[in-house]
Amino acid sequence: MKTEDLLAGLNSHDPRAIGRAISAVENNDDCSAKLLASLNRDAIDNCLVLGITGPPGAGKSTLTSSIIKQLREQQKRVGIIAIDPSSPISGGAILGDRIRMMDHALDPDVVLRSMATRGRLGGLCASAGAAVRIMAAAGCGTILIETVGVGQSEMDIIRLADITMMVLAPGFGDDIQAMKAGLLEVADFLVVNKSDIAGAEALSMDMEHIFAAREEEDGIKRVLQTIASQHRGIIELLQQIDAFADHINISGIKRSRRRKALDAETLDWVSEMLQPDLLTLMQTLPGTNDPRLRAQELIKIMQNTH
Amino acid sequence: MTKQQTPYRVLIGKPGLDGHDRGAKFIARALRDEGFEVIYTGIRRSAAEIAATAIQEDVNAVGLSSLSGAHLRLFPEVVAELEKRGGADIPVLGGGVIPDEDVDQLLQAGLGAIFTPGTPAETIIASFTKACRQHREN
Repeated sequence: MKTEDLLAGLNSHDPRAIGRAISAVENNDDCSAKLLASLNRDAIDNCLVLGITGPPGAGKSTLTSSIIKQLREQQKRVGIIAIDPSSPISGGAILGDRIRMMDHALDPDVVLRSMATRGRLGGLCASAGAAVRIMAAAGCGTILIETVGVGQSEMDIIRLADITMMVLAPGFGDDIQAMKAGLLEVADFLVVNKSDIAGAEALSMDMEHIFAAREEEDGIKRVLQTIASQHRGIIELLQQIDAFADHINISGIKRSRRRKALDAETLDWVSEMLQPDLLTLMQTLPGTNDPRLRAQELIKIMQNTH
Repeated sequence: MTKQQTPYRVLIGKPGLDGHDRGAKFIARALRDEGFEVIYTGIRRSAAEIAATAIQEDVNAVGLSSLSGAHLRLFPEVVAELEKRGGADIPVLGGGVIPDEDVDQLLQAGLGAIFTPGTPAETIIASFTKACRQHREN
């Protein structure tokens, strides 16, 4: 499909065009730069990007499905980017987040894309960011990014979101303790899912302690309980998210987060684009084995040749 | 990343009511281990759901598994649903407990290849690789 046809397809919400456009940028096809530059800016600026992260088994996909259901009841068109890791050995991946979201498979206003991390050093952030923009341009006012919340690359992706929620469930014990430092920095909301299981109250109280100061500041409840499999607690969760979305819009926080995400994505593209040349150049480096010195030498060579 | 290294995307789905997905999962893992990105939809999907998902995910091929005996109805239905949704170019391969006499009928109905319990995994992977390569080149 030509770039013009893809763009026309995005405007008319054609699922084939949306799928192909995302593949084009994910595979770094020739048309991707022109495609991305031609997307509707207003739609991108105005959409709300929600990040959903948490340890495996906490119920992220089920919660995502439940949130989709609620947003659809509000007649909102929803985009979802579900990210799973690629195998470091074969480079392949099994993308299974769909299994819990098949209720929405035939809804034309639910646009779902599974993405593999593809084991890149850079680039994933950039292709996920591009997928967000394509979905926004194709009329999705709310876009969910779902990813496992362990590891640096996943944390980088989640920074693309305007608002991030961390999903936990009772029974993870020490894992959660270990995640706390990271949690404090990235999560706006903490969702205690499977809240009918013993230990949910204790987990909530523990987390409320962490979020108490922020809750006091803006009056938005940050720790919420859900039972996603029974669609319980979702309305309240989305009410608090809506309130927070208004808050970050008015206060300029959304704009500054977008700015930071843009910078991170730009850096990601730089590393993606430079990598092949750098790897070639690296082979010609004489002398030292110290990686930091080699990096400095590389940069010096590049600056001199440009 | 060069284009040759870009992984092929395939969808593995189970249409109809049969709930035995050992074969589907085996193929999904085998393909992953060969570097494919495999979107797995789980059991008991309608042909329409599988086709809509294949289009959203922009896959290079669809693999169907059926152990219930309903393949003569379900496999061609997926092909028809793909056509209806503008995805006639996406090849559909099928496998499962399929009698020899049904194979030709399925191939004539638009299936790209049919695998039976005796088909070696290497043959199946080679078929997916070929189907995906042709799809990407066109």
